Amino acid sequence: MNKVINISKKNNIKEFDALIVGGGGSGMRTSLELAKSGLNTAVISKVFPTRSHTVSAQGGITCAIQSADPNDDWRWHMYDTVKGSDYIGDQDAIEYMCSEGPKAVYELEHMGLPFSRFENGRIYQRPFGGQSKDFGKGGQAARTCAAADRTGHALLHTLYQNNVKEGTNFLNEWFAVDLVKNSKNEITGVIAFSIESGEVCYLKAQATVLATGGAGRIYASTTNALINTGDGLGMTLRAGFPAQDMEMWQFHPTGIHGAGSLVTEGCRGEGGYLINADGERFMERYAPNAKDLAGRDVVARSMVMEILEGRGCGPEKDHVYLKLDHLGADVLNSKLPGICELSKTFAHVDPIKEPIPVVPTCHYMMGGTPTNIHGQAFSRNDGNDFMVSGLFSVGEAACVSVHGANRLGGNSLLDLVVFGRAAGKHINEELKSGGGVENASNEDIELAMSRLNKLNESESGYEVADVKKQLQTCMQNYFGVFRRGEFMEKGVKELEEIREKSENLYLKDKSIAFNTNRVEALELQNLLEVAEATAISAMMRDESRGAHARDDFPERDDENWLCHSLYDPVEKKLGKRDVNFVPKEVEAFPPKMRSY
Amino acid sequence: MELSVSLYRYNPEQDKFPYMKNYKVKKPEKDIMVLDLLNMLKEDDATISYRRSCREGVCGSDGMNINGKNGLACITPLSEVLKGNKLELRPLPGLPVIRDLIVDMTQFYEQYEKIKPFLQSDSEPPEQERLQSPQDRDKLDGLYECILCACCSTSCPSFWWNPDKFVGPAALLQAYRFLADTRDTKKQERLEELGDPFSVYRCHGIMNCVNVCPKGLNPNKAIGEIKSMLLTGSKEDKIKVVGLE
Ligand SMILES: Cc1cc2nc3c(=O)[nH]c(=O)nc-3n(C[C@H](O)[C@H](O)[C@H](O)COP(=O)(O)OP(=O)(O)OC[C@H]3O[C@@H](n4cnc5c(N)ncnc54)[C@H](O)[C@@H]3O)c2cc1C
Repeated sequence: MNKVINISKKNNIKEFDALIVGGGGSGMRTSLELAKSGLNTAVISKVFPTRSHTVSAQGGITCAIQSADPNDDWRWHMYDTVKGSDYIGDQDAIEYMCSEGPKAVYELEHMGLPFSRFENGRIYQRPFGGQSKDFGKGGQAARTCAAADRTGHALLHTLYQNNVKEGTNFLNEWFAVDLVKNSKNEITGVIAFSIESGEVCYLKAQATVLATGGAGRIYASTTNALINTGDGLGMTLRAGFPAQDMEMWQFHPTGIHGAGSLVTEGCRGEGGYLINADGERFMERYAPNAKDLAGRDVVARSMVMEILEGRGCGPEKDHVYLKLDHLGADVLNSKLPGICELSKTFAHVDPIKEPIPVVPTCHYMMGGTPTNIHGQAFSRNDGNDFMVSGLFSVGEAACVSVHGANRLGGNSLLDLVVFGRAAGKHINEELKSGGGVENASNEDIELAMSRLNKLNESESGYEVADVKKQLQTCMQNYFGVFRRGEFMEKGVKELEEIREKSENLYLKDKSIAFNTNRVEALELQNLLEVAEATAISAMMRDESRGAHARDDFPERDDENWLCHSLYDPVEKKLGKRDVNFVPKEVEAFPPKMRSY
Repeated sequence: MELSVSLYRYNPEQDKFPYMKNYKVKKPEKDIMVLDLLNMLKEDDATISYRRSCREGVCGSDGMNINGKNGLACITPLSEVLKGNKLELRPLPGLPVIRDLIVDMTQFYEQYEKIKPFLQSDSEPPEQERLQSPQDRDKLDGLYECILCACCSTSCPSFWWNPDKFVGPAALLQAYRFLADTRDTKKQERLEELGDPFSVYRCHGIMNCVNVCPKGLNPNKAIGEIKSMLLTGSKEDKIKVVGLE
């Protein structure tokens, strides 16, 4: 591998108008918008695009398309989302997502997404957690559009197919290492290498979009793919830009015990429910109205309470059961075929006959790079937001913020396509009206190369696999479903040691072609950045809100914390940022007690 | 008890030829997946290379030849494939090897792109979604679920001989996915592009594709459907949209 690229050699610079880092749902929705624009656009992805994690999404995409209920209303969806976020989702962004949503979903259908259907031929919708009619007053809604329980697969493949149709440029199995930042603090592209050939390049662009997905792999047990290592966030944090709401991690109630694989909330939407060792449907106690379809944070905590109080199932009493057999083979085979497959493979259980052992499992990163609804990334200076020229972010990597402290099921896929589309449109307009960034100097480029160079030159140091395990155990132990100050402080200290190790990794394998050891080392360093941001944010937010539940501060504290947290990676300090309460068309939903 | 794992190794920078390398590992107490075993081996020997991502059989990254049969490492339990205590892992057959278990999938993807794997419709899309009856939608089941892992195409002798001209089972399954979609209006054109002696007709019904598909799909059946559409001259009435539009 070339140690230092010679940037004067033209062939080591590839130049684009727009560069999208990430070929998941959000990246490919952005690129699709741009492919039609005539701008020179490329998508780079560390895996072939259809191997991105979006492919795993099961239950569906939530949107008020008025199919299951002709009277459904995007404002009800907005209300649910604001409430679900425990009031720190930005209401302008939530309004935009819920009202633009139907268009974005119909577009997917027009592109060919094989949605399941109702008898009248319209798109099938199922109930999901936290959904209501009439602003919480009309009972459970059914708002999640589904392609069986393979919605993510259907969505990702459809987007890839349409990008093929439009002739999008793909750099597949290319790994983005770091952002290139010029002296004006503008982003001018990334340093990246082809995993297959080892060729290192400066991918230069007027607009760089980070669509790198989540980082569930900071935890030992997660529903996330092995590639979900928060690379985009690692890059922005290293470049000195902030991350928002990083303490907010969703633990999904139903990860398969022992394996971590997810079984969709759609199981409960179709009528499944959770039982404890006594066979009791315990959610009736914790959420008398919504029961098993309360917010995910609420259900996950209730499960942990059952386990802590000795009513867990199995020899170790460390999980509960998801009961589905009463739904019958027909419903299970037609509506939840993927779940049947997964639970047979990973839990050795046939849900038609037996319940599935499940446990809350790290699932989704609500936080990320703060952006506006056009995907433009923000940073902070003297307490004021300013836009980072050239830098955009969409999807799970971004925090726009529509999910606030707790995401509702099915809202991520909607987030991907609504804001992917919006970012694409905005970049198109901006670049066509003469926007762009100035060149980076050779030193700027060298600086962005330094992490890769250091790793390539390492002659001794720590093993990637060991350090990764330490990091994941630390996060799992101290930053799980329930958190406490003293433990978190311990965790933060441990992370300091882990940082030391992670900055001194030994790359044993120095070969060029398809060196997965190199990729894993770089990923580990990104995990560390994300973990540290999470840990410090969680330790500093001394209240309980949404997914962030503290034993030592069990109440929500609107007086001090009805705000975003903004983690500053340079000072390693936590700031606060206002939540938007000014939607355009509707009146804002004021904070209320949140109960289901 | 010990497992004896024989792994196909090839690093183009060091090795003139590929070779099989033996690893001895303690047999895990629990029944684990082949991918878990590979991950264990990689912790000791970081140079072992393979693709993986979702680790639950939906992304299609880790297709490989496991004791002689193609499959996904992440959803293949050792108990299902061990022969005695022996496990042999090789890259998917028939495609150029980049390194160890990693093959160059270019040809496979090219065939996929050739069948125009996207919905084509002459009609302007309506304001809302196009309507499709559940019965018509059911016709896509068993087709749209393909994860492009290439286990089928790389187990197919016809694809080995003519990877450039025979479309192969994976892409043909997708070709039929669009032929079967009542929303697609380019059936005639799609069939015309498949009518040459190679694209479809090189399939001789060997059925390897069906035997190995980790998603339980049946490309052979889809190919049969395409052949019969080609034979009946794709009479529009046979495949006509009896939809709701
Ligand atoms: C099991 C599971 C089920 C889910 N089900 C649902 C559901 O039913 N409904 C719902 O709304 N949400 C669901 N979610 C959440 C949702 O699937 C994800 O939040 C969403 O798919 C993320 O999409 P993305 O485009 O942001 O990122 P991803 O799909 O994760 O894509 C990230 C992309 O970035 C690329 N990348 C990353 N790092 C680099 C790098 N360094 N260099 C180059 N490329 C890079 C990757 O290759 C990939 O292409 C589910 C999540 C899980 C884990």
